[in-house]
Amino acid sequence: MAELTPSQTVGPFFHLGLTWPRVPATVGSVTLSGQVLDGGGAAVPDALLELWQADAAGGPQPRGGLQRMAVDADGRFSFSIVKPGAAGSAAPHLVLAVFARGLLRQVHTRIYFPEDSALHASDSVLQRVPAARRATLLAQRDGAGLRFDIHLQGPQETVFFDV
Amino acid sequence: MTSYRPVPAGTHPLNHSPAYRSTALRAPQLPAIRLPAFALEYAGPQVGAAQLQPGGADLTAGGKAQGQRILIHGRISDEQNRPVAHSLVEIWQANAAGRYRHDGDQHDAPLDPHFSGAGRVLTNANGEYEFLSIEPGAYPWGNHANAWRPKHVHFSLFGPAWASRLVTQMYFEGDPLLPLDPIFMSVPDAAARQRLVAPFDLSRTQAGFALAWRFDIVLRGPEDTPFESAPHG
Ligand SMILES: [Fe+2]
Repeated sequence: MAELTPSQTVGPFFHLGLTWPRVPATVGSVTLSGQVLDGGGAAVPDALLELWQADAAGGPQPRGGLQRMAVDADGRFSFSIVKPGAAGSAAPHLVLAVFARGLLRQVHTRIYFPEDSALHASDSVLQRVPAARRATLLAQRDGAGLRFDIHLQGPQETVFFDV
Repeated sequence: MTSYRPVPAGTHPLNHSPAYRSTALRAPQLPAIRLPAFALEYAGPQVGAAQLQPGGADLTAGGKAQGQRILIHGRISDEQNRPVAHSLVEIWQANAAGRYRHDGDQHDAPLDPHFSGAGRVLTNANGEYEFLSIEPGAYPWGNHANAWRPKHVHFSLFGPAWASRLVTQMYFEGDPLLPLDPIFMSVPDAAARQRLVAPFDLSRTQAGFALAWRFDIVLRGPEDTPFESAPHG
């Protein structure tokens, strides 16, 4: 058994090495936007987000479906996504990792869709989350798109997963 | 069904590490919730050629950059010692003077027009990678009085799944700043911390041209199903 290499922070200058082209909107895509906030409610201007998702049938995309984006100076981001399908009892969801200066290891969360409340009742991951905190994993309708804010800390702290 | 063993305690830093002051308002305070083994996070993705950029192995513009030329190389494997083949490796670093090619870097040290500061390659079929770069300079930062980051190169790796994703930093053997650095010292286990320190590698130096440092990396991998190497593409 080889011993794992430890994580270190992505630091403030990751744009230099980790910038990828933006994934453009396509027919059927929706805008998922939001903001990354710290424990004082201030915007985090130097976070990097990675988003991955299943395909329309709910199956993993072994070599696709990954997006990466740095937030702007106000901590804001905006992805174009195509909603994934449900797979078995798993409700449609996106997986999201947040990297930032001040995070020594990325944090992992998930984004669920507001219209799927019936499926959420049987989703085995959501069932592990205390009921009072599940709302932090739900995107909210925002015009024609979706909004999902990430609170790294504080009274509305987002649920993070031990992956 | 594949399964990933939990990361041994002490391997990764705790996000709540007060000596690194930026963690104070950013580290989550509530416990992370364990995912079931069948979660999407253990099913991919593998990230390879689609994100490659040409010329990504040479940060020095053909050796014209200022500073000590170095080859940075190593092997990426998973916990079962299987090579992480044809997988994206991204690096970025300060130049020889300790300055990043980045608008946010206000350190009063010179930029070098011949030093790109970033590289991007794929591992080969054996999980091996190499870059031609420059030994980075240490640089000051505001964490505490007279704080200096040890010389380091930032690394980004993928491996077989979301769960194996790793962003880390490579340090240089013998750097006197290492025990003073709260980011390096945030790794609780001393043996794990040492795995971030690349040894000098005489065998890969290029006579008359460049020194060499070896940084091997181990990522998480599934326990009970062989990881199939991703083909090119
Ligand atoms: Fe750095």
